Amino acid sequence: MSGILSYTFMQNALAAGLLVSLACGVIGTLVVLKRMVFISGGVAHTAYGGIGMAFYFGVNPILGALTFSLGASLLMGYIQRKTRQRPDTLIGVMWAIGMAIGIIFTDLTPGYKSDLMSYLFGSILAVTQADLWMMLVVDVIVIGVTILFFKEFQATAFDESFARTRNVPVDLLYVLLVTMIGLAVVMLMRVVGLIMIIALLTVPAAIGSLFLKNMGKIMWLATGLSLVFTTGGLLLSYAFNLTSGATIILVSGAAYLVALLVRRLCKRCPDE
Amino acid sequence: MTTRPPQASPLIQIQDLSAGYNDEMVLKDINLSVEPDDFIGLIGPNGGGKTTLFKVILGLIKPKRGTIKVLGLSPEKGRLHIGYVPQFTYFDSDFPIRVRDVVLMGRLGPRHLFKPYSPEDDRVVDACLDRVQLSKLKSTSLGELSGGQRQRVYIARALASEPELLLLDEPTISVDAEATAQIYELLHELNLQGVTILLISHDLNVISSYIKTIGCLNRTLHYHGEKEITEDMIQSGYNCPVELIAHGLPHRVLAKHEERNQ
Repeated sequence: MSGILSYTFMQNALAAGLLVSLACGVIGTLVVLKRMVFISGGVAHTAYGGIGMAFYFGVNPILGALTFSLGASLLMGYIQRKTRQRPDTLIGVMWAIGMAIGIIFTDLTPGYKSDLMSYLFGSILAVTQADLWMMLVVDVIVIGVTILFFKEFQATAFDESFARTRNVPVDLLYVLLVTMIGLAVVMLMRVVGLIMIIALLTVPAAIGSLFLKNMGKIMWLATGLSLVFTTGGLLLSYAFNLTSGATIILVSGAAYLVALLVRRLCKRCPDE
Repeated sequence: MTTRPPQASPLIQIQDLSAGYNDEMVLKDINLSVEPDDFIGLIGPNGGGKTTLFKVILGLIKPKRGTIKVLGLSPEKGRLHIGYVPQFTYFDSDFPIRVRDVVLMGRLGPRHLFKPYSPEDDRVVDACLDRVQLSKLKSTSLGELSGGQRQRVYIARALASEPELLLLDEPTISVDAEATAQIYELLHELNLQGVTILLISHDLNVISSYIKTIGCLNRTLHYHGEKEITEDMIQSGYNCPVELIAHGLPHRVLAKHEERNQ
């Protein structure tokens, strides 16, 4: 197995796993604690509309995904907060419409389109040097913003109206968070694909919050778990010639089930 | 808070205030002045606007009409001098947070943006935990505490803001009798030490032995800065206890009150 490490594509893939895990651990924890898993799934799927349009107009698909992803995260975030009538319905409908736009524009685009599959199901082995730089930039933004506003994020996740009475800029923090979700989606798209992002974003943090009672520590554990899942999934997929994104997700899913079982078995586990 | 605003008495001044959501007016023509050192109990039916009144005081809802001043300031500025204990009807016991981290939230504010908590914050928080007798549990996760202990954590968090005034929204709603008594003893002591208290409760029986003045809120407010319930409170539509005046038997009042709410 050591021979595979000499391939550039494998080195890039492992580096991508590490970079993605950093954002996953941090954003995933905020998403899970703030109960924004559904919005994250919606943003990820809507981003496909941007990819379809980018193909049709002949621009870089990443740019299309980024535009749609940021647009969707801000819009869905707004709907979640401002709509009294069933925000989940509106978000669910947008989710499907985004995918539909992507598919229709793909239909309209002449020529060979198998590349589109890699955006839906991921292709960590096709990660380029440029992708790695993009991921690094996202990491720097995500980690920087989180360090800067760590205690405020924690307070708004726990009790938003109290945070507001302390004049914490709650709305601004929310916009920052949905923006970071939008960025993370584009980054994770390369690794596990738009369809499965929701799992890689939330499973590591969900496992962390089963066992730890401190947001910072959960972020660290989630980052570590995410690294284990992406690396482990990648190596398994290589060994058995499987789709890497799906293997990574199945490894995460299996770990989550085990974690839930362990948590049940020792209900009174000492915390930390 | 290091700088106190120019000492304005009353602490809260509300004039001809109406507020609500969309087209529905929940509060109508409210006039209220909260004097320093008072311990006000506000009673009223569900949907009578008690929590809405708190939200207006805290600047979470803008009034449709009328004016409100908190320590002579707008609610958005004045609320930094208020310690707020919200009503927790729903609690996610899996939320990963320790007692001390909750109390630290009371130290949040514009001054602390971009800055970590200071040793001064730690000192205040430890003192507040001590004040509510939870020092031993400070590293415990909040989900493991009893209802009464959790309420004391929220009171400690409010105290950590070093407030001039405490607002408590049904602090004993899901708390057993012993813990309820403990919480009210604590509030009584705090009041003696100069913290003004404004409290919402459905439990007239308990509050009547601790409060200094009482008000009755059912869209309109009946408050005269006295401890007695007056005729107009009864007529306000709330089943405000007639017997309290007629016989002075709050126990009987409580029984009837609860029956009607169920």
